[in-house]
Amino acid sequence: MNASTMNAPVVDSPDGFHLSDGHRRVIAWMIYLGFAALAIGIINGLGQALNYARVDILQYFPGMRDYYQGLTVHGVVNAIVFTFAFTNGFLALTTSRALARPLSLAALWVVFGLMVAGFVLAGFSIGTGRATVLYTFYSPLQAHWSFYLGLVLLVVSTWVTAGILFAALAGWRKENPGKRIPLMAYISVATYGMWVLASLGIAVSTVGILLPWSLGLTQTVDPLLTRTLFWFSGHPIVYFWLLPAYVSWYVMVPRHAGGKLFSDPLTRVVFIMFLLLSIPTGFHHQYTDPGISGGMKAIHAGLTFGVFFPSLVTAFSVMYALEIGGRRRGGSGLVNWFAKLDWKNPALVAQLLAMLSFTLGGATGLINASYNLNQAIHNTAWVPGHFHMTVGSAVTMSFFGIAYWLVPYLTRRELVGKGMAILSSWVYFIGVLVMARGLISGGLDGMPRRTLIMEAPYSKEGWELAGLLTGLGGTLMFIGGALFFAVLAGTVLFGKKTDGEEDIPFTVTHEAPAETGWEVKLDRFRYWVVAAVILVLIAYGPFFASYLPGAFTSPPYRFF
Amino acid sequence: MSVKKLEMVFLSLCASMLLVFLLALFYSAYGMGMHLPGVEGTLDPREVRQTAPFDEPGLREVGEGQYEAVFLGMAWAFQPREITVPAGSEVTFIATATDVIHGFHVEGTRVNFMLIPGQVARQTYTFREPGEHLIICHEYCGAGHHLMYARVIVE
Repeated sequence: MNASTMNAPVVDSPDGFHLSDGHRRVIAWMIYLGFAALAIGIINGLGQALNYARVDILQYFPGMRDYYQGLTVHGVVNAIVFTFAFTNGFLALTTSRALARPLSLAALWVVFGLMVAGFVLAGFSIGTGRATVLYTFYSPLQAHWSFYLGLVLLVVSTWVTAGILFAALAGWRKENPGKRIPLMAYISVATYGMWVLASLGIAVSTVGILLPWSLGLTQTVDPLLTRTLFWFSGHPIVYFWLLPAYVSWYVMVPRHAGGKLFSDPLTRVVFIMFLLLSIPTGFHHQYTDPGISGGMKAIHAGLTFGVFFPSLVTAFSVMYALEIGGRRRGGSGLVNWFAKLDWKNPALVAQLLAMLSFTLGGATGLINASYNLNQAIHNTAWVPGHFHMTVGSAVTMSFFGIAYWLVPYLTRRELVGKGMAILSSWVYFIGVLVMARGLISGGLDGMPRRTLIMEAPYSKEGWELAGLLTGLGGTLMFIGGALFFAVLAGTVLFGKKTDGEEDIPFTVTHEAPAETGWEVKLDRFRYWVVAAVILVLIAYGPFFASYLPGAFTSPPYRFF
Repeated sequence: MSVKKLEMVFLSLCASMLLVFLLALFYSAYGMGMHLPGVEGTLDPREVRQTAPFDEPGLREVGEGQYEAVFLGMAWAFQPREITVPAGSEVTFIATATDVIHGFHVEGTRVNFMLIPGQVARQTYTFREPGEHLIICHEYCGAGHHLMYARVIVE
């Protein structure tokens, strides 16, 4: 260890940063847009969960034609609008703060405008029953063109954000030649670098194939090709959901907990591993697809196990950072320090519970990735059981936790209803565990996902209890979500005004970034992107080389 | 132990765990023959009903205790709706979709694959115990998706 260890900053100019009112406003609107989408998604989620318990509330939803329309709303607004809007705002802020540079205000408003336009277009097509295709929109089910165009605009909003972040980094580097990139900016930019590369699949599929087809410019489509392009983006998108939560877990949660992050270099290695390994794994969503060879699926299985590794590193790093905090607060022994953490801080509680839920989400995810074992659970209720413990709680509850300091920071108001915020996290956490228990056991008994179970003419032993637990857990999640929205609205409308000069919460690292040696190469993003592209070519090249130009033989169907 | 050393121990254990899991999976696939569906052929979905073997969906005996079950998935039914085989039969499912993407899961077994228009899916399974299995379409395929199912009866 050299003298540069101990308490190294994760940002440039750690002593102060002024964010203008204009920047606060645009980022706040992005966060509000995300949570407005989530509110719509959660209301529909209650209907989905109760379907499994054979309780029909969807009939009372104004304008709702059927269950599958609600399910499309649920998927699109939660998985795409909510996550994109929150992340565009949150990581723009972390990058701006870490580099101590203001971002272009006009460009940020463009991002917001693109998201609103995409949300309105997709919302129009789904709301009027023209796009009941679920958020995976597998062809040859054909949605109205406005659905695909809406998705394109939402993806473009992330590209514009990426452009803003990359430009900020390039500007900072020009002014600080030879300096290491501040950690908080590094991990934010790495997240967008991964996603820009990953989103190419969905971009080619929507712009190149589905949009012209839905406009009637082409007559037929290739279902396996569009499905494969979807999953090219569809697996790494889960890391685009997760990594903003990891940004918070690495550089903010240690601060909430009164600890500190141990290793700066290891954190960078983790994000580089996600950049490299997130994309060449998509076939593990297509293990049961005919038309893709078993050998290529095996390669993707191996790489998927590889991308599990950085999450295990994260488990160690984040737990150690928390342990430092717990021991500083008088905790001792093997586990007692965990109980000594500040369980009265809503931002921390939400994210601690998110982490606990993620341990189960990760374990079930590894089972999904397990090659032929996947056939035991593929497309059963097990799968939503799994991903409600990842994106549906680990990510969502982390975003709740972030909002508990972020919204007061942006609005210069105090958080209203601290107790209610903590209660919200516990209710949501217990709810997701109960619901996942239902969905997972139902899935093991063959209960399908994405199915109007209450009107299915078939049923099996075990599905009834599974359905009841799903409905009960989903109801608790809904209540937890409602409590969160009450806190959010209370804060925005009635929170006591503060002077608002407090900085955002970020930690220090025990091990500083090295100025010489191999670690410096971690900051050369260009090389890592090239390496990621090579891995993608290895993982997808043989399939596309043998499959293209594809079989455009399917006419469109609108079975909704 | 220093934190760095603890970390190395933890990460080595994690990496070993992942490696052991992966080796077990590849052994089950390549050593025990539990394969995933692969490339089994293509066809024009607009002419599927004129293309063998899908011109005659149903069950046929191809050898002693060996059957081929040819299935079509369409909105919103399987054809045939039911097959009956004796216990101990080895059944090869050969299936495709006539319109949109459907799912094909013989619940209680590892027969689980997608029906993708234009692609032929194939999987072999031995039904050892008498009983009844639902075949469930587990991919959303339109407003009547939940109505789509069939049965395997093992006597």
